[in-house]
Amino acid sequence: MAVQPLVRARDLHVSFVSRDSTVKAVNGIDLDLVEGEVLCILGESGSGKSVTLRALMQLNPKGKTVMSGELNVAGNDMMTISDAKLSAMRGKVVSMIFQEPMTALDPVFTIGQQIGETLMRHEGIGYREAEKKALDLLELVQIPSAKRRLGAYPHELSGGLRQRAMIAMAISCRPKLLLADEPTTALDATVQIQILLLLRRLQQELGMGVVFVTHDLGVAGEIADRIAVMYAGRMVELGSVTDVMAKPLHPYAQGLMGATVHAGNRGKRLTTIPGSPPDLRFPIPGCAFAPRCQYVGDACREHVPDFRYPAEGRAVRCVKAEEVAAA
Amino acid sequence: MSTTFSNEVAATPAATRKIAREDTYWRGVGRRLLRDKMTLVCGAILIVMTVLIVFAPLIAPWGPTDGSIARRLKPVGTPGHLLGTDELGRDMLSRLLYGGRYSWFVGITPVVLAFVIGGGIGIIAGFAGGKINMAIMRVTDVFYAFPSVLLAVAVSGSLGAGIANAIMSLTIVFIPPIIRVAESVTTGVRNLDYAEAARATGAGPTSIVMVHVLPNVLGPIFVYATSLVGVSMIVASGLSFLGLGIKPPDPEWGLMLNTLRTAIYTQPLIATLPGVCIFLTSVCFNFVSDGLRTAMDVRA
Amino acid sequence: MLYYIFRRIIYIIPISLAVSLVCFMLVHIAPGDPIDAMVQPDTPQEVIDRVRAEYGLDRPLPVQFGVWLAKVAQGDFGTSLIKGRPVLPDLVSASGATFILACTGGLLGFVLGCVFGGLAGVYRGTWIDRILLGTAVAGVSVPHYWLGMVMVIIFSVNMNLLPAMGAGPGGSTEWAWDWAHIRYLILPSLTLAVIPAGIVTRTVRGLVSDIMSQDYITTLRGKGMRRRGIVWHVVKNAAPTVLAVIGLQLANLMGGSILVETVFAWPGTGMMLNTAIFQRDIPVLQATTLVLALFFVVLNLLVDLVQTAIDPRISRR
Repeated sequence: MAVQPLVRARDLHVSFVSRDSTVKAVNGIDLDLVEGEVLCILGESGSGKSVTLRALMQLNPKGKTVMSGELNVAGNDMMTISDAKLSAMRGKVVSMIFQEPMTALDPVFTIGQQIGETLMRHEGIGYREAEKKALDLLELVQIPSAKRRLGAYPHELSGGLRQRAMIAMAISCRPKLLLADEPTTALDATVQIQILLLLRRLQQELGMGVVFVTHDLGVAGEIADRIAVMYAGRMVELGSVTDVMAKPLHPYAQGLMGATVHAGNRGKRLTTIPGSPPDLRFPIPGCAFAPRCQYVGDACREHVPDFRYPAEGRAVRCVKAEEVAAA
Repeated sequence: MSTTFSNEVAATPAATRKIAREDTYWRGVGRRLLRDKMTLVCGAILIVMTVLIVFAPLIAPWGPTDGSIARRLKPVGTPGHLLGTDELGRDMLSRLLYGGRYSWFVGITPVVLAFVIGGGIGIIAGFAGGKINMAIMRVTDVFYAFPSVLLAVAVSGSLGAGIANAIMSLTIVFIPPIIRVAESVTTGVRNLDYAEAARATGAGPTSIVMVHVLPNVLGPIFVYATSLVGVSMIVASGLSFLGLGIKPPDPEWGLMLNTLRTAIYTQPLIATLPGVCIFLTSVCFNFVSDGLRTAMDVRA
Repeated sequence: MLYYIFRRIIYIIPISLAVSLVCFMLVHIAPGDPIDAMVQPDTPQEVIDRVRAEYGLDRPLPVQFGVWLAKVAQGDFGTSLIKGRPVLPDLVSASGATFILACTGGLLGFVLGCVFGGLAGVYRGTWIDRILLGTAVAGVSVPHYWLGMVMVIIFSVNMNLLPAMGAGPGGSTEWAWDWAHIRYLILPSLTLAVIPAGIVTRTVRGLVSDIMSQDYITTLRGKGMRRRGIVWHVVKNAAPTVLAVIGLQLANLMGGSILVETVFAWPGTGMMLNTAIFQRDIPVLQATTLVLALFFVVLNLLVDLVQTAIDPRISRR
């Protein structure tokens, strides 16, 4: 019996329309996630990773966003879902944690109140009970002196504690899917590890599926089961974390691995990828990475490469995949 | 590898290359302003009014004080008197045109004076910082303790009626808010990174002020000052309405409203005409000022 | 926190002194001798000197200021030159009348302003926003004394619905909360409400629009909060600033009602000030200005304290 996937996206396109221009942020991606799995979307700024994440719960700005394609989350067709059902899903079935907890939390409400209101909204309980549950959650995310911290305002907490509070708020209703938008990027290095470990533990305890967006390879290596590499609004490589990091097949992914400091690169020079990401206001005829690629050929510039499947669970969008693999 | 860049540029069609060229700030401001229809319409109205007022002696069919009681309070559309006559038989259209000169003068001059004086003091306060700043701002706070109408009326009432006194009292009223805005903008700019960078390269205080600070603060202060013109005209006319300010028989819109009050029972339309002029001027100035502010706001 | 309140209250003292000084100086910036207002033109010199000594006008200015201040502190606001009786009682009843007018007009203006501004901020950029904003700009651009005249023309002269002048039937100045009196209040308070309505609309619109673009609103949507919940968050974030603006506007209404009171012959401090100016009744002019300005100062203080109390971000140390 096939397992119902938690997330299924096919040929998803997301554009932002304004009076001056149209930005095609996401250009046809496919995504699959099953329950309990951790997928990491890796990419630079402007690659479309955050937009993809927000599209999973339709959180992009309403007036400006145009979406097309197929998107199914936890059995709901997200392209035709009603506003009421969407609102009921958010926070209960699928939850999100954001990059900057200082601005993502309301400064004039205590964290106890903010966690509590989520519980009251979705579980229909009263204020007293919500407060008790919020206390339990704070302890679950390992915030010291939890009772005192319930009445604290966001600006009274350190960055790490704020992020823990936001995580507590997100998991409060035991969601099946957790979306994380670079949750550790704004934190100090030591705190980053703590938060990552916390997330991994919570994921295992609650059996959540997680889509984790980051630009940091080290973070991906720490927490992910699978990695999807994004460039200019498209997925360019997909595979398990060990496979992709040990043997990247796409030239961009190769460049990324070569540019990062890790054990595999010891004693070698770090590589750089020349040029910069393309401007997504203008349509790109062929492979978006062509201008910066060292293996580029004519076929690359003519049309967008299709996916190739060199192994089970591996996908790569490059016509020269075998050539790159041999390198 | 570097040759791949020119390929990228060459690949984009010429039309899109035009968008990609860097926009200067002022070009962006101009573009946004041109798109804002409301501001354009109001700006056009103001220009028309300016022309009418400046050329009043050439356009007005009658003199501002010509009149006889026999012709008093004739309605709008009377032959020879397009907008009727007032309570002393003087032609409304002519008085409105001439009155505009006084109203605009007493309305705009205080703002200009306050912009220069208040702006100067505020910029000095913001730039100097420390004790000088504190001293200036505390004194400003005292004047802020008065509601503006009250202060204008009280000062004007003490000084007595007359144009000069009205202008003086209004200038006094508007200097404190401009000082505040100027000081806060200057302090903000002074603390910004590029001012520090300039200092780090050894630039002296005068050149920092001229090159970096002034161009950046004059804009916001100017926009704030334009938003005060509407208020100034209303208060200036209000002073005349109360009998301070312009003295009869000189025409001024506020004064005309006062003397026409008795006419509201017989010729209500004529009685309200001066107010319409004040309203129109004020509205247009406010819309233009708002439009300027929106166009200059980079975040919008 | 208490220390902060204490310090803030203490700050009033130098401000009040300075304000009193300005009020006092108002008289002395007037051209001519204050004496001229009090005596006939051809009075013999020794009578003038005696009057001068009586009023203490022959002493140096700082001394005069000190004397005046001392008297004010004891509740003696001087004697009206024209009416010949103490200023204080008249001032009190006039203040009451102005207070009623200002509060009513203010309340109307604030409610309208909050509603319009809230709607405009939420629907920013749509036609709703443009209409409401246009109305607000028109509101602050209108000369309210002219608007009062227009209202009188429409409702009194043409429709004969509401009275044009005064605060009570038969020109009485005693106030009562019955329909006979309230009908006198309607037109002036509506007129007065227009400008604060415009200002509050613009402020609330800017605030709400700013708040709606904040990250935490996205978080709220992301956790499935319903519209009511999001509105509550917006209100609580906007409240401190909105209350501050409302407080300031109320103070402005008290001090700036002179023009509307003149149009409607409303027996308040504005009318009192107006009359005093024309009759060159110096003590009344000084006293009225002082009271209105001090009221403004006190109201500013209250606004400051309330704002500190309800906004958790402001440090209380």
